[in-house]
Amino acid sequence: MKLSLTKVVNGCRLGKIKNLGKTGDRTMDIPGCLLYTKTGCAPHLTHHTLHSIHGVPAMAQLTLSSLAEYHEVLTEYKEGVGKFIGMPESLLYCSLHDPVSPCPAGYVTNKVLQKSTIIGVIEGGDVMEERLRSARETAKRPVGGFLLDGFQGNPTTLEARLDLLSSVTAELPEDKPRLICGVSLPDEVLECIERGVDLFESFFPYQVTERGGALTFSFDYQPNPEQTLLQQNGTQEEKQYVDQSKKMKTASGNQEMTPFEINLKEKKYREDFDPLVRGCSCYCCKNHTRAYIHHLLVTNELLAGVLLMIHNFEHYFGFFHSIREALKSDRLAQLKELIRRQA
Amino acid sequence: MAAASNATSLESAPRILRLVAECSRSRARAGELRLPHGPVATPVFMPVGTQATMKGITAEQLDALGCRICLGNTYHLGLRPGPELIQKAQGLHGFMNWPHNLLTDSGGFQMVSLVSLSEVTEEGVRFRSPYDGDETLLSPERSVEIQNALGSDIIMQLDDVVSSTVTGPRVEEAMYRSVRWLDRCIAAHRRQDKQNLFAIIQGGLDADLRAACLEEMTKRDVPGFAIGGLSGGESKDQFWRMVALSTSRLPKDKPRYLMGVGYATDLVVCVALGCDMFDCVFPTRTARFGSALVPTGNLQLKKKQFQKDFRPIDPKCACPTCQKHSRAFLHALLHSDNTAALHHLTVHNIAYQLQLMGALRASIMEKRFPEFVRDFMDTMYGDPTLYPTWATEALASVGISLT
Repeated sequence: MKLSLTKVVNGCRLGKIKNLGKTGDRTMDIPGCLLYTKTGCAPHLTHHTLHSIHGVPAMAQLTLSSLAEYHEVLTEYKEGVGKFIGMPESLLYCSLHDPVSPCPAGYVTNKVLQKSTIIGVIEGGDVMEERLRSARETAKRPVGGFLLDGFQGNPTTLEARLDLLSSVTAELPEDKPRLICGVSLPDEVLECIERGVDLFESFFPYQVTERGGALTFSFDYQPNPEQTLLQQNGTQEEKQYVDQSKKMKTASGNQEMTPFEINLKEKKYREDFDPLVRGCSCYCCKNHTRAYIHHLLVTNELLAGVLLMIHNFEHYFGFFHSIREALKSDRLAQLKELIRRQA
Repeated sequence: MAAASNATSLESAPRILRLVAECSRSRARAGELRLPHGPVATPVFMPVGTQATMKGITAEQLDALGCRICLGNTYHLGLRPGPELIQKAQGLHGFMNWPHNLLTDSGGFQMVSLVSLSEVTEEGVRFRSPYDGDETLLSPERSVEIQNALGSDIIMQLDDVVSSTVTGPRVEEAMYRSVRWLDRCIAAHRRQDKQNLFAIIQGGLDADLRAACLEEMTKRDVPGFAIGGLSGGESKDQFWRMVALSTSRLPKDKPRYLMGVGYATDLVVCVALGCDMFDCVFPTRTARFGSALVPTGNLQLKKKQFQKDFRPIDPKCACPTCQKHSRAFLHALLHSDNTAALHHLTVHNIAYQLQLMGALRASIMEKRFPEFVRDFMDTMYGDPTLYPTWATEALASVGISLT
């Protein structure tokens, strides 16, 4: 596994991780995210529906916590977890914990996997000295990359830890990827990228799905002039909305509705025959309306989760694509401003 | 046009069924339904998509499985989201974005089976909505009105539904009322050119009542007939006799829709008895309980015995689930809270049903239906002494011996 950087702008890294996979010929773009799974399967999605999504990351995240009990089964299976879960072609990353389920801190043993790359975990809590020590010591080991642990939590805690994050990544070699766990919100993702983080988990779209929400935030930092005018005219309402949602966000923590989404359970969507997001090319937006999704949620139908997951993943992967494009064309500041306004 | 002609009155209802082959021994037929949203090969199994969705599988997945007609429920949709909204959404087809055919039932069965506070009078069924407590009357006219708004290709008359375990004068009352309600539905139907109204034969388990119903209803020139009032708590012995009686008196050139039938053996036997169309929640419902349908019965995949079973559900099944996944993986997924497990099984079970119907049809066309039936029973039950008696007798009655 080899990280090759194309460009670094104000601490933001754009590049590719190369030589991945069993035959060493796969690559992954960074900044990027991993496909979030539960028990080796994208939530709600079969192979067919997963592959209707554009931009699915090349690497999926498995969680050891969901697969550990099948250790014996996998040993007997002999052909590897990728084939077992029906993703033989996918690159796989195995994290200890599931970012969505709260996990108690503690001593956990790791199994050594011979043909796999080990990621070193940076710990140290909120103590700068410990963080630096963890970073320096881990960097001395023959790890393939680094996991920045302990920066997750409720919205205000990441803000407080951003300086710590910068200091940590400054100690890490440039040519190895840096993952962060537990951070998935769009604004937080950008803050982390600016501080040298390359890879993220994609559990945020799943959380939005579970509360009947659809991601609608814009990442189109190059809108046409008409849209700019509309946006300018809308600033008054927008400001009120932004103030209100800021209150919402700090008061109730990450698990509640964010300004990046709409809640399809609300009555106002009952007769809304628009797609979730105009111009979105996902299967849900090309085939269904807000009114239909609303109906599915009200009637507790399983298809609600399927369609929302398809849209939310596609939207989120599209966001990462726009980050990479913005970095390529030196427009990250515009994207950041756009996201900041919506947060 | 509901089929191909320009008839505007039901006195010359379109012949929507074209028979392609008939078994020379039994009453089995293979055919093609010509419906507004495309042709449908028969015999056909119609999955049930109650609330404008096939329970977790997308319209595209359902289309890819080869489904060309499925069901919606007027009772549920009439309450949520309601006919007015669906009409605004370009009908049920537009609302759920289903390009093929839809059949809606009248709401009669749900009224009686789901709602504790329902009252049947000559007017219709009066009931209390479970969602907001409001009282409404579902009359034949209102049922047709809702179904006209839904725009389904086949609509069902409102019938006076009585459980098959009920005996006595109520059964006769319900039968004659169903005939009167059929006439009211016919009169109220506003879209004869786009929607095919089917009658529903009632009469419970009483041969005389059923015969009387058949005689009356076949005088009405509707495009198709359903056999109703069965598939409840009655014995299989009574069940098949009523099906056989019905098919013997229904016109050959119109489709026979046996409502609520979905177990594999029942499908095979009732095809032999001359039925063309079937619906049942069983395959999709049992999927959500972790049960996969196979030619030998079913696999309860949550059970420990499948933990290390690395074979697909059915090595001969062409569905996406069997192409990609093992029983062991599905077992693991079923023990998680990822709903994808249910969807994998729903896909497979629908594929199973549709593949079974396809195989039945091919055997009829290739003049080997009786052999197919014998092979089916052998695979399903193994030992002939384990064959259900009712099935053996029913098949014998139409010239198919299982020995």
